[in-house]
This record gives sequence, structure tokens and C-alpha cells, in this order.
Amino acid sequence: MDLQTLTFIVVGATFALYIGIAIWARASATGEFYVAGRGVHPVANGMATAADWMSAASFISMAGLIAFKGYDASVYLMGWTGGYVLLAMLLAPYLRKFGKYTVPEFIGDRYYSQTARIVAVICLIVASITYVIGQMKGVGVAFSRFMEVDYSTGLYVGMGIVFVYAVLGGMKGITYTQIAQYVVLIFAYTVPAVFISLQLTNNPLPQLGLGSTLTDGGTHMLEKLDQVLVDIGFASYTAQKGTSLNLALLTLSLMIGTAGLPHVIVRFFTVPKVRDARASAGWALVFIAILYTTAPAVGAMAIYNMIKTVQPGSIGAAEGSLVYNDRPSWFANWEKTGLLKFEDKNGDGRIQYYNDANKTFAAKADTEFGWKGNELTKIDNDIMVLANPEIAGLPNWVIALVAAGGLAAALSTAAGLLLAISSAVSHDLLKGVFKPNISEKQELTAARVAMGGAILVAGYLGLNPPGFAAQVVALAFGLAASSLFPALMMGIFSKRTNNSAAVAGMLVGLISTLVYIFVYKGWFFIPETNNLPNTPDKWLFGIQPESFGAVGALLNFVTAWIVSKVTAPPPEHIQHLVEDIRVPKGAGSATAH
Amino acid sequence: MSAPVGSPQQYWQANLRLLIICLIIWFVVSYGFGIILVEPLNSIQIGGYKLGFWFAQQGSIYVFVALIFYYAWRMNKYDREFHVHED
Repeated sequence: MDLQTLTFIVVGATFALYIGIAIWARASATGEFYVAGRGVHPVANGMATAADWMSAASFISMAGLIAFKGYDASVYLMGWTGGYVLLAMLLAPYLRKFGKYTVPEFIGDRYYSQTARIVAVICLIVASITYVIGQMKGVGVAFSRFMEVDYSTGLYVGMGIVFVYAVLGGMKGITYTQIAQYVVLIFAYTVPAVFISLQLTNNPLPQLGLGSTLTDGGTHMLEKLDQVLVDIGFASYTAQKGTSLNLALLTLSLMIGTAGLPHVIVRFFTVPKVRDARASAGWALVFIAILYTTAPAVGAMAIYNMIKTVQPGSIGAAEGSLVYNDRPSWFANWEKTGLLKFEDKNGDGRIQYYNDANKTFAAKADTEFGWKGNELTKIDNDIMVLANPEIAGLPNWVIALVAAGGLAAALSTAAGLLLAISSAVSHDLLKGVFKPNISEKQELTAARVAMGGAILVAGYLGLNPPGFAAQVVALAFGLAASSLFPALMMGIFSKRTNNSAAVAGMLVGLISTLVYIFVYKGWFFIPETNNLPNTPDKWLFGIQPESFGAVGALLNFVTAWIVSKVTAPPPEHIQHLVEDIRVPKGAGSATAH
Repeated sequence: MSAPVGSPQQYWQANLRLLIICLIIWFVVSYGFGIILVEPLNSIQIGGYKLGFWFAQQGSIYVFVALIFYYAWRMNKYDREFHVHED
């Protein structure tokens, strides 16, 4: 059977499964729509959280990022997992005890302030919308690459599927589809990784394979990779390139950003008990770690395989480089997509891949080998995962599975984000601010309409992605880190933080982070409007814009602390509320509204 | 000002102590071993891994998982000891 038919069958089967789950898990009350009736088992919630969290970027792009950045990409690995420690210990159990439906609702109630609630809604919507654009693009790209379906057609199909299960089932439908999507995506990610690890190191576990010796030659995988990269003018794979300050700050920004992202936090509202919320964060991280500890091996082995393919012999010798016409079929396939580009600069009909930005090496390559520049002019990060099965020579069904896995990762994250957006609109804005007296039935209808609207907006942005789409992910994390996380944490750990302190802190964190990013990257990411060039020598204390979220969070904490020193403490009933959320006793499975 | 024995205030103090210990470990394995001390640790080799590199791309994640389960287990015990558990 040809690859395209097989891909249609595998992807079609997963879509049929998601729709089947949607029909089975319809929501009939607001509690089911917003928090799945709080009946989700902690292990099941952990799995759903893992799918909710791991986006198209984690599945498709992260291993490529690791392949090209080497050690420095550790910030993403630690940043996107360490946030769960903060979530499990500082937020999830207490927010579950509070027992309402949304993140802005906690901020509004705890700080007895509609202003605080509205600021939180704004942060939530900006962070979630920016994030959802990337997922919609991921859906369109996966369709167009694997099934040769038009990008926009792919996007409509994806929107249609999410529409069915998210509008019908709300959080309940999303939870059970996310569990199915996790199974699909983790299988699709680990199967090629296991085969490649076996081929290169004879060790079936990629986590151990990365630290093993190569089957040919007996040197250690990483040692050999360091050598191979240095030989063609790149920095050693395991060496540190960025400054320790930026690595640490970026890791911290990603960690507290992760802990402050509303679509992740609400997943912990769906478990029956406070102790389930704690355990569930652990299970979520177990399921995430399966992918996140595999990714470093995928990245390292993919870049190693790629270099060995184009540079099979000794460096500098004419026959050391691969003849372009002898290139493997996966190479030609990915050239067609434009993700891989070759330009024969020295006209020898062979492929030379090396670091021509390294002046010493480039000069030597020019005079001694007759190389006139790096000839692989584009290698997209995404190829490292997408082309993996082909590079390893795996059967077509594995390739079909990778397509289904990429779609599962994008759809599951999109649905979680859309739910966070639509419940902020129907529950926090409509029910909370504008029409407090609507009945539950009306609110449920409003929630479904808001979900439909959010899907249309996300689809529109996916079809017409703003030019800055790639940069805004940093913004989403920066906002969550600098505004939401400190407000939530102080709401639990400091009885003394009052409404003015929280609002002032959120605004200072939010505005300082936005300004810092805009000054270097352009106002609202419009090119040429940046006040300072985005280069290390112009950064304040050498801090890159992506790392500023942690600093914004610090400013938020400091502002709130100063303001609460000079203003009156919160009223008695709020102090009791804080005491109450600190102990698990009395958490109801149902919520009073 | 000492809170009465077995009171919710003492439960909270116990929670904070546990939290601080866990967060110190969280900090040491990631920022400490994975970033600040990565160069010196890289001189130690465990199999084919340099130790600092291993902490940054593997070890810290395993420790995070263990920390959350330990915290959850210890807090469940505190919940019962201080009689603030659910149902």
C-alpha cells in the first residue's frame, strides 16, 4: 500500500476515535463543560495534562532545536518540565481546594476585585491566543506535508474535529480525547526513536542509547558527535555556548511560565480531591518525561545521522562528500517541501555541509578543500522528527503514525487552550461581570457559543498567521510568568497581599515584560519599530528578551510587597478564605455558585 | 508566637518546611548541576555521558518526577497527622 493511502487510513482512524469519544462524553451541565464534573482519575488527568501541554512544537520542533543547539537546548528540557514541580507544590492543590471553574475567578475572588479578574482575563486571552496560532499552523502543516492536502483544507478539517468534541463535550470531551491523543503521540514519538537507538548503539532505550557506545567503532555516541561537529567547524555538541545568566533566567522564565499557564492549571480542577491534584501533577510529569527524555536522543542521533549521510568519508577529500545525485530518497522528498535546500556553490556536484560562519575553518576549507560555502542552505528544525523514520529506513506505517502523532499533539493543545479562552469569556466576562443573573442553562449555551467563536478566531489566525507568530510563544510564557504566576502564588502564600497590591503587581509585571520584549523586537512585533537592536551588547545586564519573564515576575513580587506594606490588609473573610484553601479538609466534589 | 500543637497553623509550617527542602533540591539539580556547575561536573564521565550534561538533559527531569511524588506522599501523611485530610 502506498504511503499516502496508509497515512489517510491511520489519521482517519484516529479522527474517528476522537469523534466517537466526543459523542460518548457529551457535557450536560456547566460543571461538566468547565471541569469535566471533577471526576477525572489522577492518572487519567496526568495523561490528559501531558497531551494538553505537549504541543506541535514539543512534538515536531523540539528535537530539531536540541540537534542544532546541543547543550544549550537543555533550558527547554528543564524549563518545560521543572514548572510542574512548582505547579504541584505552589499552586495546583490549593487552587483545586478553592474549587471554582477558572483561573481569573480565583484571582477575582481572592483579591475581591473585578479589576483584578479582568486583568487576569486579559493576560489569559493574550497568552492563550498567541499559543493557539502555533497549534493551528501545526495542524495545517502536518496535513499539507504528509497527505498532500492543501494547507487551508487541512486547517478546516482540524477545526471541524476540534469543533465536534470541544463544543459538544467541553472539558469532559477534551479530557477523554486528550488521553487518546497522548497514546497516539507518545507511540508515534518513541517507536522511531527506539529503532534509531538500536541501529546506532544497539540499546533499545534512547535515554541509555545516547550515553552508549556506537555499534561501529566503539566510541561513545556523544564523544563522537562532539568530534564530528568540531571537524566541520561547529561548536562541540555538549559544550555551553550562551552565558550562564541567560541560560538560568530563560530556564526560570519557562518554569514559572509553565506553572502560570491557565490551560494547564485548569486541568488540575478536574480531579476529585486535593490529594489527587498533587499526585496528578506527578503523573503528568511522568508522561511528559517519557517524551522529554527521549527528545535529546532523537536530536543528537538525527544530527549525527544527517552529517554522516552527507559527509560519509574523510573531510576535505573529494570523495568524502556525498554526490548530490546519489542522495537518499528522504533527502529528495524533503527538498520538495522546501524545508531542506541544497545549493552547489563550488559546482563539484557533491554536498558540503559545514559552518561557514566560523572564519578560520571557512578559510581553511576554501584554500585546502576548495569549498565555497555551506551548501545545505536550509535545514528546518522540524525535519529532525518528521524525517526520522525515513532516515532510519522504517516501514511506511511508522511514517503514517508520525503524521497522526503530530496532529494529535497540535489538536490536544489547541483544544485545551480554546477551552481556557471560552470559559474566560462565558464564565468570567459574561457570567462574572456583565450578566451575573443568567441561568446555568444559558451559561452552558454561552460557553458552547464562546467555544465556537474561539475556534473561528483561531482558525482565522491560522489561515492568516501574523508574521510574528514564531516570536509570540516567548510572549505567552513571559506574560504567564510575569503576571499570573506571582498573583496566584501570593494569593495562596501571603495573607497580607490585598487587592491594590495584586493589581499593581500584575500590571508592573505585565507592562515591564511587554516593554522589554517590544524595545528589542519591535512594538507589537512590527519590524523596524524596535528602539534598540536585539544584540547581546545592547541587552540590559545582558538579559535576552525571551528570558525577561523571570525578571518581570520579580518586579511583580516586589511591587506587590511594597504596595501591601502601605495599604490596609485584606478584609477578615478573605484572610479566612486563604486559611481555608491551605488545608485539604472540606474540599467538595461539587461547587457552589 | 507558637501555634497550638496539631493546629492548621502547624500543618502549614510543616508544609512550608517540606516545600523549602523540595525546592532546594529542585534548584540544585537544575540550576546548580545543570547550569552553574556544568563545566566542572562535565569532567566526570558516567558511561558515555558527561555528568553535567546528563543532569541538564536527563537527570534533572528524573529528579523532578521523584520530588513531586515524594512531596505528594509526605503531604498525604501530614494531612492525616494534622487531621486536615479529606473525607
